[in-house]
Amino acid sequence: MNNDNFKDTRRARGLGIAFLVFAALMLILFLPGTTGKQQTTFAFDLELSRALPIGNLTFSTQGMLYLLAVLAVFLGAWQLAKGFKQADLILGVVVTLFVLAFLTWAARDRSVNMTGMLQATLLRAVPITLAALSGVMCERCAVINIGIEGMMLIGAFTSALVGSIGKSMWVGLIAALLAGGLMGALLAVLAIRYKVNQIIAGTAINILATGLTSYFSSRYLQVIHELNRPPTFSPLPLPVLSRIPILGPVLFTNTVPVYLMLILVLVIHVVLFYTRWGLRTRAVGEHPKAADTLGVDVIKTRYINVILGGMIAGLGGAYLVLSSVARFDENMTAGRGFIGLAAMIFGKWNPIGSLGASLIFGFADSLRTNLAILRVPIPSQFLLMAPYLVTMIVLAGVVGRAIAPAADGEPYEKQ
Amino acid sequence: MPPVLELRGITKRFPGVLANDRIDLTLEEGQVLALLGENGAGKSTLMNILYGLYKPDEGEIFVRGKKADIHGPGDAIALGIGMVHQHFMLVPVLTVTENVMLGMEPIKQKLFLDREAAARRIRTISEQYGLDVDPYALVGDLPVGIQQRVEIIKLLYRQADILILDEPTAVLTPQEVLGLFQVIRSLLAKGKSIIFITHKLKEVLEISDNIVVLRGGRVAGTALPQKSNERSLASLMVGREVILTVPKEEAQPKEPVLEVENLRVKGEGAHIAVHDISFDVRAGEIVGVAGVQGNGQTELVESLTGLRPAQSGVVRLLGKDVTHASPRVITEAGAAHVPEDRQRDGLVLSYPVADNLILNTYYLPPIAQKMLMQEPAIQQNAERLVAEYDVRTPSVLTPVGSLSGGNQQKVIVARELSRMGQLVVAAQPTRGLDVGSIEYIHSQLVRKRDAGAAVLLVSAELDEILSLADRIIVMFEGRIMDIVPIEKATREDLGLLMAGVHPDEHSADAAAVKEAA
Ligand SMILES: Nc1ncnc2c1ncn2[C@@H]1O[C@H](COP(=O)(O)OP(=O)(O)O)[C@@H](O)[C@H]1O
Ligand SMILES: [Mg+2]
Repeated sequence: MNNDNFKDTRRARGLGIAFLVFAALMLILFLPGTTGKQQTTFAFDLELSRALPIGNLTFSTQGMLYLLAVLAVFLGAWQLAKGFKQADLILGVVVTLFVLAFLTWAARDRSVNMTGMLQATLLRAVPITLAALSGVMCERCAVINIGIEGMMLIGAFTSALVGSIGKSMWVGLIAALLAGGLMGALLAVLAIRYKVNQIIAGTAINILATGLTSYFSSRYLQVIHELNRPPTFSPLPLPVLSRIPILGPVLFTNTVPVYLMLILVLVIHVVLFYTRWGLRTRAVGEHPKAADTLGVDVIKTRYINVILGGMIAGLGGAYLVLSSVARFDENMTAGRGFIGLAAMIFGKWNPIGSLGASLIFGFADSLRTNLAILRVPIPSQFLLMAPYLVTMIVLAGVVGRAIAPAADGEPYEKQ
Repeated sequence: MPPVLELRGITKRFPGVLANDRIDLTLEEGQVLALLGENGAGKSTLMNILYGLYKPDEGEIFVRGKKADIHGPGDAIALGIGMVHQHFMLVPVLTVTENVMLGMEPIKQKLFLDREAAARRIRTISEQYGLDVDPYALVGDLPVGIQQRVEIIKLLYRQADILILDEPTAVLTPQEVLGLFQVIRSLLAKGKSIIFITHKLKEVLEISDNIVVLRGGRVAGTALPQKSNERSLASLMVGREVILTVPKEEAQPKEPVLEVENLRVKGEGAHIAVHDISFDVRAGEIVGVAGVQGNGQTELVESLTGLRPAQSGVVRLLGKDVTHASPRVITEAGAAHVPEDRQRDGLVLSYPVADNLILNTYYLPPIAQKMLMQEPAIQQNAERLVAEYDVRTPSVLTPVGSLSGGNQQKVIVARELSRMGQLVVAAQPTRGLDVGSIEYIHSQLVRKRDAGAAVLLVSAELDEILSLADRIIVMFEGRIMDIVPIEKATREDLGLLMAGVHPDEHSADAAAVKEAA
């Protein structure tokens, strides 16, 4: 007990010092390149948006940097003197201040559209979140799914092909769900019925999916264009809500798969923590034998969750085709399945945490493109790397050690 | 009226083991049937069959006179059978309520878990049977005694009236055992019937109405507690006469061999497992360390043997400071270690017996000459020790993992005690062993003492401590509660100390309890 307290105070002090370091970094890194006359503009209105316009925000670059640094110093001092109850949340705030300082500096004498950036953040987070949710479904009942990447690829391929033939994005979407579910079932049979090592089973699925889709894609989809031209979902602005400035374009003017993703995050959260199925799933993931002794069907629970997980991965693949590029390309998932797994771990195997981690990855991604446009004088390789570095440091500091479900990856044996 | 439960001709084979051989057994309503047997006798297997976790190869089960088809725990629960497993079946990251309601969850608004309703039910059960527990506590945060209550509440929540308790007392202090017996009596008063599994003879005599003794998967006999005593039950259990006490002379302690001053050791994570303790062990005496498992004994032993760093304090072996020494230095200074987890820390299971016998002398002549191992010397060493320490193995080249637990332990004892050690640190040296092996290991420890070695014996079995030790250290939450000479030690006082209570503080309460009883 005593010892825990001791650890807590040490951590609290560490956080306070970290806030001050962030403040110092804002001034050391960003101030030297600026002059007193420079101005930065944050724009909030998007063209072709239904949201009420609110205009731009233009301010002195140096003034803003000082303001942000002072805020961070204040938070750090308060943390050291009194301590915040929710220190982790405040760390999030300080990091946000730091990112704002960075943007203020990068957009000096120019303008950066904040709404556009948030919109891009969410869109880029969609496939990552879906991959993470797929992982949550599988690992909460203790089946490791490294095959998410492959499942997404199959989903993307199927949605392009079937959507093109059926001339409907809905048909494509449903086909992708079914194909993903089928891949989930394959993993389930290998891992649960035949007790194949789950890392190997997942890797096999990835190789199978890459091989199959690449072959059929180069043989048919890239040759016969009618097979690779599915109709796509267009943004569906929600009445009233879409008119809210910033939030409207970011959250309420999206395509069906994006709304589905947001709904899924909530639904899976509620199911996991507030329903019978969720309690049983978690028990099966932590201590399958205990669940078994109370009459819970461990095997059935795992099959259903893994198949659902596969369907969610399929949806992730379909999103890439039906909501954005409108065609299938070889390996178009480009590692998002694996990033999704990382997001699941950073999100501590929770749906909402997974969304949060995916948004950070999505933000890093959109920041990179924005900075290229702003022509920031930093080698692009570093720009590519920096957001992930920050992410890793922050996540390691805030989230702490993530603990997987206790039985993760272990097959269940009965006598 | 037919008996509540009847098993007829139950047989179960595991690969290479006949775990249950045509077992018959009858449980009468409102009674306690004690199922007694050594480790490996087949008790847990039989109960797992009854509970539907294992499929029997042959045999029938009758519940209240009707033949029962039990294909899974769900069927058993429906028949009113409940089981507290030897290794608890609790999910540590879930709350008490969640653990209890799992599989029979109350639902509100057609969809959502009704945790409040379940918690109310748990409170009612708690009050009815004296099973106090906080429904919203995380199970992983609770001490084992309370976890056991949660397990019992799980059964009552399902309205089980045939309760199977598989070795429920193994993890309890003597006082907690008394508490459990009170719970059992209140269960009986409400008409429940109980199968109580143990290998401890005293408990059987105290609580049971009927006794069935298993040996080697068969019913070795049945007995009534009024007509039995510990000796008769022990010989039924083992199949021959056993000596329950260890013959030994009074100790002749000489100079201190092991001196420990203000030793502080960290446990897993950051908590302090051993709090600044001091004691010594002299040549020619056995010092017992008593305490419920998990009160710092493991960390103490690991620290003394160099497996876990000390935070502060001093450990001296024959006057030499070995506080921060490596295991090899400590071994060479004259310490022998019989580790608690023999399969993990004591043996390389896939190695042959002969190689396991040289794990800490392999680099010394005559086993090694320069860079080369001397096979003939290894062989001779093994043949000699196997004969001397009565290790039952097909050959010295048999992998040690395929021996029985008792013989695995004898391999360790042979390796450790055959060296010229001045100090023996033995942690739980007889846990899980058959009575024959226990007798043997006890006599070896006494022999070592009489040869002038200092012996530190850590055991969770109070009986073992009482029959071997010359002085007893009682540990509670990483501190030494007291060091008691054997002449002054009583089970009651030691039990209180193990629970963190000093006997004199307790005498007032004790008087009150006696009055009530
Ligand atoms: N799942 C299993 N697989 C193989 N052998 C087993 C299994 N469970 C128990 N056994 C063997 O069956 C015998 C009886 O074990 P058990 O019923 O656990 O004994 P007890 O509970 O009386 O100590 C032992 O020899 C044990 O090794
Ligand atoms: Mg057992």
